[in-house]
Amino acid sequence: MADVTRPLSLAAHRDADEIDRRNLDWYIDKAVQVLVFIGGISAIVFVIGIFVFVTAEGLGFLVDAFDFGEFFGSPRWKPTSEYRTTYGILALIAGTASVTGLAMLVAIPFSLGAAIYIAEFATGKTRETLKVLVELLAAVPSVVWGFIGLVIMNPLIIETFDVPVGLSVLNAGIILGLMAAPIMTSIAEDSLKAVPDRYREAAEAMGATRCQLVFKVVLPAAKNGLLGAVLLGVGRGFGETMAVLMASGHSINLPDSIFDSVRALTATIAAELGETAVGSDHYQALFTIGIFLFVITFVINLTADLIVRGIRKG
Amino acid sequence: MEQAQAIAETGNGAAGAASAQTAAHAIHTRDLNLWYGDFQALYDINLDIKQGIITSLIGPSGCGKTTFLRSINRINERLGYVRIQGAVEVYGHDIFAPGVEIAQVRKQIGMVFQRPNPLPISIRDNVLFGFNLHGEVRRRLHRSEQDEIVEGALRQVLLWDAVKDHLDRKATELSLEEQQKLCIARLLPVKPRVLLMDEPCSALDPKGTEAVEELIWGLAGEYTILIVTHNMAQARRASDECIFMLMGKVVEHGDTADTFVTPVHKETADYIEGRYG
Repeated sequence: MADVTRPLSLAAHRDADEIDRRNLDWYIDKAVQVLVFIGGISAIVFVIGIFVFVTAEGLGFLVDAFDFGEFFGSPRWKPTSEYRTTYGILALIAGTASVTGLAMLVAIPFSLGAAIYIAEFATGKTRETLKVLVELLAAVPSVVWGFIGLVIMNPLIIETFDVPVGLSVLNAGIILGLMAAPIMTSIAEDSLKAVPDRYREAAEAMGATRCQLVFKVVLPAAKNGLLGAVLLGVGRGFGETMAVLMASGHSINLPDSIFDSVRALTATIAAELGETAVGSDHYQALFTIGIFLFVITFVINLTADLIVRGIRKG
Repeated sequence: MEQAQAIAETGNGAAGAASAQTAAHAIHTRDLNLWYGDFQALYDINLDIKQGIITSLIGPSGCGKTTFLRSINRINERLGYVRIQGAVEVYGHDIFAPGVEIAQVRKQIGMVFQRPNPLPISIRDNVLFGFNLHGEVRRRLHRSEQDEIVEGALRQVLLWDAVKDHLDRKATELSLEEQQKLCIARLLPVKPRVLLMDEPCSALDPKGTEAVEELIWGLAGEYTILIVTHNMAQARRASDECIFMLMGKVVEHGDTADTFVTPVHKETADYIEGRYG
């Protein structure tokens, strides 16, 4: 700027030439933008792709052999019967629902309790350690949980309750509840953390005790997030396969009590798909279950997401 | 150090003069020292704050006036790293005594914050919140009794006419001025004896400031009010006594009119005249 002695005309000339020239930075910038865009929309592409694939595989059954009343109303899932094949998933729905329901009874108190403790009571090292442990727990593979159900819970239930089989709604429900609890804890804690601190300060300045603070101010303010956490747990329960397959006993049953063995929708697909002829009615019926599961979990997750988003805005 | 000595003497002198009528003092502090971790924020605060009048706390940013205010209802202790030495007596009761229940301290000493902080519930529930926390009887009040309390408190803060038709609206939807009035209103049903105000008008526009000041004036007498302010004019027109703090120490405490006209210390004079701060 201060260099007045330099012939100005030359510099000015060169700059003007560069106006309509693209340099390397421009190309890198564009390339990165495109890459990131592809990464971003790939999620949508995959979701649609999976849905299309699953639907296409199950479509033949839906069009030709689908009987709505039988499919949702009959507890008889007999795809390989020599006498008469029936495709009723009522018992499977009951299995999934009962296991998920019990799992939520186990998971909700644990996860909300843990979230409240971590977010509102624990301080310093305790809080950090607990958060790491919860994350760690969320990373335990589901087959390990299934193994625990099979090897530890099974004999424990047989002995404690004096029942013939320990692979049951109870077993799978507890295992699934423990599996879902960490992720629910994590989300519930996030929503408690999202409650502005000035609400806490206001209540404390009015003389609220810790307990009054949590129950009268923090929980009501975070209720949407907590509901979202529970719904995500339910979604997890519906979708979980391996642990449920191993711990539930895998027998088709409309359960009367928590000691009955049941079979879940997901476990049915996992166990049977490998043994069917591609394109057969049985094969297509399994994919129809897949569509059903996909729709259910999609709706649950979407609802949870909308609810959680709702509080962020409000 | 010498200065600290002088300040301590000033404080003691005032205390000595007034010791005959201790009952007239709402807040009495003795050698109050406070640390945030390693940082000392208050040095030997010895103050006697008179009952039923408005006392303003002035001084440049970081001089400890808000810290002092927040020690009186022990809200400072929310931060885990605060250490306090010395004594604070409110109407003769040592608030740091081992048997003291913090909730009771805060029931007697209401606080209004810099940013209005109504809870995200209805206007009505905000007014009743403190009252329900401290309900002596564990029964639910009759609806009409509740209505009476709500109306009384809102009338006292001059908010009743503006909100009487929509008490079930969320308090966070009100204007800042109305929110701040509501924050004062919700303290009244528990009948506190002291009100602490931490720059209650700093988030408000001039009109709101005027309205809230007027309201604070109206509350004096019934309550002992301690107000922190950055605004010299506000301290001058809205308070009876005035405390000037600097670097965590009390420099001067006296009648507002006297302090502003003939300050005893040079620092006070410089600050009031706007040479720093």
